[in-house]
Amino acid sequence: MGLLSKRDTKLITDPLADNNPITIQVLGICSALAITAELEASIVMSIAVLFVLGLGNVVISLMRNIIPSKIRIIVQLIVVATLVIIVDLVLKAFAYQLSKTLSVFVGLIITNCIIMGRFEAFALANGPWKSFLDGIGNSLGYAVILIIVGFFRELLGSGSLLGFPVLGDAIEKTGVYAYGYENNGFMLLAPMALITVGLIIWVQRNKSKALIED
Amino acid sequence: MEHIELFFKSIFIDNMVFATFLGMCSYLAVSKKVTTAVGLGAAVIFVMAITVPLNWLLDTYLLKDGALAWLGPEYAEYDLSFLSFIMFIATIATMVQLVEIIVEKFSPSLYNSLGIFLPLIAVNCAILGGSLFMQSREIQSLGLAFNYGVSSGIGWFLAILAIASIREKIRYSNVPPALRGLGITFIVTGLMAIGFMSFGGMLTGGDEEEVPAETTVVISVEQQNDIANNTKVIE
Repeated sequence: MGLLSKRDTKLITDPLADNNPITIQVLGICSALAITAELEASIVMSIAVLFVLGLGNVVISLMRNIIPSKIRIIVQLIVVATLVIIVDLVLKAFAYQLSKTLSVFVGLIITNCIIMGRFEAFALANGPWKSFLDGIGNSLGYAVILIIVGFFRELLGSGSLLGFPVLGDAIEKTGVYAYGYENNGFMLLAPMALITVGLIIWVQRNKSKALIED
Repeated sequence: MEHIELFFKSIFIDNMVFATFLGMCSYLAVSKKVTTAVGLGAAVIFVMAITVPLNWLLDTYLLKDGALAWLGPEYAEYDLSFLSFIMFIATIATMVQLVEIIVEKFSPSLYNSLGIFLPLIAVNCAILGGSLFMQSREIQSLGLAFNYGVSSGIGWFLAILAIASIREKIRYSNVPPALRGLGITFIVTGLMAIGFMSFGGMLTGGDEEEVPAETTVVISVEQQNDIANNTKVIE
């Protein structure tokens, strides 16, 4: 492992589980919940955040010595906003339908707390390479939760994954539907996203007791 | 009437927290005590009441497709809406700093209660979300934009007030250890959102049935005219 030292690997793997941005640090929940009704949207959102956080962390880290601390929030917001505009234009050009589904939530990556949180907590105090790894690690942690939530919501809510019907046809009663299974339309509605994340937190904290709050 | 409808719609039906999940980060982080929750909620109403109309002006006279027409006919074709993210967030961040300075100068007591929350607000998704929804829902006038800002703020205030009260009480309940804190808050919020969904029919309930009836009447009158005309032609 010439490229990644042991501490560098830790920067990537830590946020995946024990220091997960969503379930432990409580960052970036806003967008995580709203767009997870379909697996495809969650994957695209994760990629967008990966791009913005990875690059943004590098930019902020390169500028960390010249940003006056009083106006650092505005500087950070401008950096993120620029990156998000790039993402938004790319989405509009290559995946127009999807960018309609995500609607304002692409723009809301700007105020996604993960991004500001990582800038403040990490990029302002560390070098570019470490910040890049930290950005990648945290957005992967974000992606894991988004994909789990998206997987269950799409599977149970519309019986498909990435748009392919995996449970059979609901109208012609094939596959599982032949045995009386019905799609749970409730999973597609807003409240179930919250409850799904709540359950993920429950499972995760049951597994590692150190995370339990008192 | 339009104003009243928008007001109730943004508070209950399209509630920032329960319908669109905006501002969840501060909603979860600052809802441990009722007093701090009230402070943050009030600050959100205040900032949204300022930034949404301001961004509406920016959107209408600078960013929209053809918005620059007031500068002269040669500018009428410009579409700067790709800049809206950066303009909106810059407006919000500067307004928040400005408000902080003004409030500190003129009302130290208000600053003491709101002041610590103001920097938090610049990165609250609810504020930017309010402006972006204002843009995507194409709100018609400055008055309605102000109304939308205030009422969405009130909706967010209600939500954080409710969850803070519940969290204060839930401390005395026997929650499974792994669910304590964050987990149960998520689930309670989900249940509250289900409750808020029942407001969904509040405004549309009566109107929807009348409209199609009217249109069918209109169509049938036209058809009758058509038929009459046709028969004349045939004659």
